[in-house]
Amino acid sequence: MSGLVAAIEASKTGAKVLLIDKNANAGGQLVKQIHKFFGSRRHYAGIRGYAIGKRLVDDALTNGVEIMLNSSVFSMFGTEMGIIKDGEEARWLRAKKIILCCGASEKAIMFPGWTLPGVMGAGAAQTLINVHRVLPGKRILMIGSGNVGLVVSYQILQAGAEVVAIVEALPKIGGWGVHASKILRCGIPIITSHTIKEALGRRKVESAVIVALDKQNGLSSKTERSLEVDIICLAVGLKPSIELPLMAGCETMFLGSLGGRVPIHDENMETTQEGIYVAGDCAGIEEASTAIESGRLAGTAAAEKLGYLSKESAYDSKEKIRRVLNDLREGPFGIERMKAKKLLNQRAKTLYIHNDRGKTQDA
Amino acid sequence: MHRGISLTGSPSIQELEESPGFPSKRRLLKGPIAVIECVQEIPCDVCGLICPYNAIEVSTLKSLPKLIEEKCEGCGACIPLCPGQAIFLVNHNYSREKALISFPYEFTPLPEVNSMVEAVNRLGQVITKGSIVMILDRESFDHTVVISITVPKKLAQQVRGIKLHREE
Repeated sequence: MSGLVAAIEASKTGAKVLLIDKNANAGGQLVKQIHKFFGSRRHYAGIRGYAIGKRLVDDALTNGVEIMLNSSVFSMFGTEMGIIKDGEEARWLRAKKIILCCGASEKAIMFPGWTLPGVMGAGAAQTLINVHRVLPGKRILMIGSGNVGLVVSYQILQAGAEVVAIVEALPKIGGWGVHASKILRCGIPIITSHTIKEALGRRKVESAVIVALDKQNGLSSKTERSLEVDIICLAVGLKPSIELPLMAGCETMFLGSLGGRVPIHDENMETTQEGIYVAGDCAGIEEASTAIESGRLAGTAAAEKLGYLSKESAYDSKEKIRRVLNDLREGPFGIERMKAKKLLNQRAKTLYIHNDRGKTQDA
Repeated sequence: MHRGISLTGSPSIQELEESPGFPSKRRLLKGPIAVIECVQEIPCDVCGLICPYNAIEVSTLKSLPKLIEEKCEGCGACIPLCPGQAIFLVNHNYSREKALISFPYEFTPLPEVNSMVEAVNRLGQVITKGSIVMILDRESFDHTVVISITVPKKLAQQVRGIKLHREE
């Protein structure tokens, strides 16, 4: 999603943009998001995710973005990279600016039985039902009550399976209340201060044992409960996919509130490697609206550096985007991310003191 | 019991009554009115943009929606468009004994009009039976249908949906 947005933004200024995606469709996670999005009109609010994806692809093509699908980047040397297309044809490409929007991958928790068939990431279940139209099982246990756990549980219900319960280790629900309320009205219990103890089954998951957590986060064995389920979905967080930024030599920083190790980037989304930008979840786990804005920011900044935008007009558009980003990060769900992003930007500034890029930074 | 939305997943009566989207008792008794159950400041302003009577105000992206109850005509346009499915329509004066509750629904198969269904409260507990009066499914709703059911008046502020209708 942030990649498409960045491509559109840069392309609008006259820059020549090639969009590379390893999947059969551009748009990242949008392809499987069948729920209506939140946000403002600027962020396609009220429209279902997959429909936003279609719109963005149309926009990109209209603006002259070249889209190369089924293509993986397998190596990066500065702004040069090796690509393999359709699993067979290798290419070598060089770009003046590269924006990496590699997204995120699902985290997992380990427990006895977690390697049994039937234990999967919530995102995997979502791909199965919404992209491949395959129901992974009949009775599902969801671990994690963040927005991913809540939204995917709802979509599993829509697909026709039962969600037996959502289990959350913290004493409170992680995701937005409206998603939780929707799930509760469907009669699905959200069990807080509980975790999964083990998954049982001979060849695949046949049941799960959940248990309450005491104040020291120990398992209180008296509270064990066995649930008959055939699928256990893990929705325990995402981490930025930083393989390509690492390969390109970008320096990283660990920030728990952004999901883990994140490429250090400045207020233009540029990393410590000049000419390489990051946007979307690979620049720190946030939500859809911020992914859109970070893509816009990276696209605009890259186009400016290439000379397609005057310093003044680029400054105005970037400041506008930054204001929106700040607004999005306000409130109880975003404040920690706002702080973490500020830290990243500061760290980038400190690093630039040691090279000549500091001079070209805004303000 | 209700202890607040971040603990239970369901807004408590206190949270609802303190939120600016919840209509007053006086206005509720007058007839159809939107009931906005959005009590957390999340970045969203869809309802503020789509109300044909400008009866919903969302001053900044993060503000809670404010219902201007004198302006609300009870048309229900907001119900299928709220991405959080947090808006309901309550018509307290539907008949002498019954109130009409309208809510969003996104499951198939749909129940039949005039059939009796099990009505649930905010926690998904079946608390009464209701009769389906109307099912609206318009293209502009984009696959979120609006179901209206009659329930006893005294449960008008409790019923918020129906038990999922599944094929036997």
